[in-house]
Amino acid sequence: MHPVLRITLQRLALGVLTLVIVSFVIFAAVNLLPGDFAQAILGQGATPEAVEAIRNDIGLNDPFWIRYFDWLGALVSGDLGVSYSQMMFATGMGGEDIQLIPITEQIAPRFYNTMFLAGLTAIIAVPISLAVGVLAALYRGSAFDRIANITTLSSISSPEFFLAYVLTLFLAVQWQILPSLASVTPEMPLFERIYTALLPALTLTLVVTAHMMRMTRAAIINLLASPYIEMARLKGISPIQVIVKHALPNALAPIINVVALNLAYLVTGVVVVEVVFAYPGIGNLFVDAVRSRDIPVVQICCLIFASAYVLLNLTADILSILSNPRLRHPK
Amino acid sequence: MAKDSDFLVQMNDIYIEGRSDETWMPIINGVDLTLRRGEVLGLIGESGAGKSTLGLAAMGFCRDGVRISGGEVYFDGIDLLAAGASAKRNLLGKRIAYVAQSAAASFNPAHRLIDQHTEAPIRHGVMSRAESEKDGMELYQRLRLPNPDEIGFRYPHQVSGGQLQRAMTAMAMSCRPDLIIFDEPTTALDVTTQIEVLASIRDIVAQFNTAAIYITHDLAVVAQMADRIKVLLKGDEVEEADTRTMLTDPKEDYTKSLWAVRAFQRPQKPAVLSGATPVISVKNVTAAYGPVPVLNDVSFDIHEGRTVAVVGESGSGKSTAARCITGLLPPKQGSIEFEGQALPSDYRRRNRMQLRQAQMIYQMADTALNPRKTIGEIIGRPVQFYMGLTGAAKRKRVEELLDEIELPAHQYIDRLPSELSGGQKQRIGIARALAAEPKFIICDEVTSALDQLVAEGILRLLARLQDDLKLSYMFITHDLATVRSIADEVVVMKDGRVVEQGPKSEMFQPPHHAYTDLLLSSVPEMDPDWLTKLLAERGIENIGDAAVTKMS
Repeated sequence: MHPVLRITLQRLALGVLTLVIVSFVIFAAVNLLPGDFAQAILGQGATPEAVEAIRNDIGLNDPFWIRYFDWLGALVSGDLGVSYSQMMFATGMGGEDIQLIPITEQIAPRFYNTMFLAGLTAIIAVPISLAVGVLAALYRGSAFDRIANITTLSSISSPEFFLAYVLTLFLAVQWQILPSLASVTPEMPLFERIYTALLPALTLTLVVTAHMMRMTRAAIINLLASPYIEMARLKGISPIQVIVKHALPNALAPIINVVALNLAYLVTGVVVVEVVFAYPGIGNLFVDAVRSRDIPVVQICCLIFASAYVLLNLTADILSILSNPRLRHPK
Repeated sequence: MAKDSDFLVQMNDIYIEGRSDETWMPIINGVDLTLRRGEVLGLIGESGAGKSTLGLAAMGFCRDGVRISGGEVYFDGIDLLAAGASAKRNLLGKRIAYVAQSAAASFNPAHRLIDQHTEAPIRHGVMSRAESEKDGMELYQRLRLPNPDEIGFRYPHQVSGGQLQRAMTAMAMSCRPDLIIFDEPTTALDVTTQIEVLASIRDIVAQFNTAAIYITHDLAVVAQMADRIKVLLKGDEVEEADTRTMLTDPKEDYTKSLWAVRAFQRPQKPAVLSGATPVISVKNVTAAYGPVPVLNDVSFDIHEGRTVAVVGESGSGKSTAARCITGLLPPKQGSIEFEGQALPSDYRRRNRMQLRQAQMIYQMADTALNPRKTIGEIIGRPVQFYMGLTGAAKRKRVEELLDEIELPAHQYIDRLPSELSGGQKQRIGIARALAAEPKFIICDEVTSALDQLVAEGILRLLARLQDDLKLSYMFITHDLATVRSIADEVVVMKDGRVVEQGPKSEMFQPPHHAYTDLLLSSVPEMDPDWLTKLLAERGIENIGDAAVTKMS
């Protein structure tokens, strides 16, 4: 078997195993959260009997392992379950005849929105970081290099909500170029959607650029002392060509890994930004679900975040393997 | 001196400085260099003499942290030091090319050979990609690379070291430059590989009438390649003369001392008594790294007070045999005996007394010494671990050991390895091995990273220690000159097998095993006609790798 294919399959199997372990960790951790849905929903009027009734209704009184494997089994067969609030709503309306909306349908539009925001940010942030990183490596020590470093470092050091408000202040309030609320709707045409989501995307760009840009710069500079770089210079190749053609292809592996980590962050770490801009993504849904102890939703959100990490890191692994000619072209 | 159009390269009174710790230290102190069209100048000297720096300066190029602080460099009438960066780039690769020491490190691992070959011709507008590819294949053919039409489409890691070095020479030729700087192009290669590369380079330089500066520390190599030789010492020119004059009649004492290094030879020792128990006996050892077999039924004995030199090319299994003896790599079959007793095959199951008896000295003293520990701590560690000495007794023993290796204790005991020269570091490596008071020491290419004069000092020290302490050495090397000077017995290895073994006197006398013969005949000699004669005698098909391939 071709080594790349073998390594890919190995990584894939490892990824699945990781997800199973993660599912258990999530289930156990959520199980440890203080308070439960019944208490949260009943609030002041929580009599022990009422709490017990609700707990029985939604199966909270079953033993831990049974609940875990029930949940896992349903997951594997594609059934993400129904949120507690949906179930309560159904029982409250008094009947089996009311159609339950499964979590899948609840999450799907939110998931799409989050991926849209992450994708939009990636399209802006990755090329900018790589270009600035390459230029900073080329003109290392120059004013450009310092300004790039200072700007990206200060943006990563500031809290996200602060960056979000600064951008809102200038782009939405002072100059009124962009809308301050990013409330996208499913019917929006693509360009309007991009326009509406641009402010959160720019905020996230500021947050993720620093890592990627600095890794690009460092990985390239690391290689500049290599004999093959000297050789390229001695062949009369121009400095920018030396970096783009000779250093960058060999620096890809660490860059890809940092890019993947940051993309994963875009999927999972956007909660604050989504809340600030009232963006209807998974982060927002997640916060609501935690507040009302809606465990099935919390679990699925966590699992989506974990899968994003696993998948993106898997992709990064495979891409950095592919960037190594020794593995791509065995002897 | 006015610039003279007779010369292709003219360097006048060059001063070069390198920066270390915020101060500029001199590297080259006022050297002149001239080169005519089609002429080959050999630059020789020890490491730190400034050969490479001067060679690069002839291209108008300085590495980072180095500057040309005085003098003039003219290439074909162009003032390279006054020329702008882009004017210089237009010359580099097109009219001046460079062949680096390690082709494996100087080819970009991310691109195919042919793409790197065609880069300069395309960049300088000399040829189109298609023309240059075709030309590359022709050059590969002339340089006698196997499968010249196909080899360029491989990545560097898919091609052997000797072939890469030839591909790099082809790359340097891609624009048919007027001048090529060869910077130790064969130093990293095995002797049998070196000889083919030397023949190829000499041939192609003559065919295209290219001028060259050939940098090396190996006199015998430069004798084959150069028309004239310039000797450098610590940034100063010692002398310069045409090759034959330089070899037969060197003027300066330093040059004479370089010539004399190969004269060190130990007297032949009497034969080992039959029936004597060897200190170390390797018995029918077969070993592998995972599924890859490396050693195949290897047996040899090492007797008290004797040196057994294990020779062979890289990959022949020399170092693996040492790893089996030390227990780092337990053999699949066979055993290691110490004074007639079998040793546990895994070092983790050997006791301290057994571990003590086999010590190692490594090739790279730089990486074998912990840079954060002082010399006293480095040597004191085995003294405490094996001999159980502490406090004042330990310090006294360390001082004795430093005396033993001829480094005054009060001066060196508190220094760090980075404050020592290469030869001194190697001496510390020896002292650390001696600290365990072993009977047997494995010397793994201990002199190959050192300059000839320093290496000779190490060899003399090892010889004296052997006589004083009755030590047995296993001396791993690929350098047959070292074998000639220090060994009592020789084991020749090839592809994980012992092809021949016996006392040194027999090994250097015919008849030889065909492979031993090839190894011996591949060692360059001082005679400037050696390569020419050898090629005439044997034909290009019967030297170097070509001959090795035929044999197997």
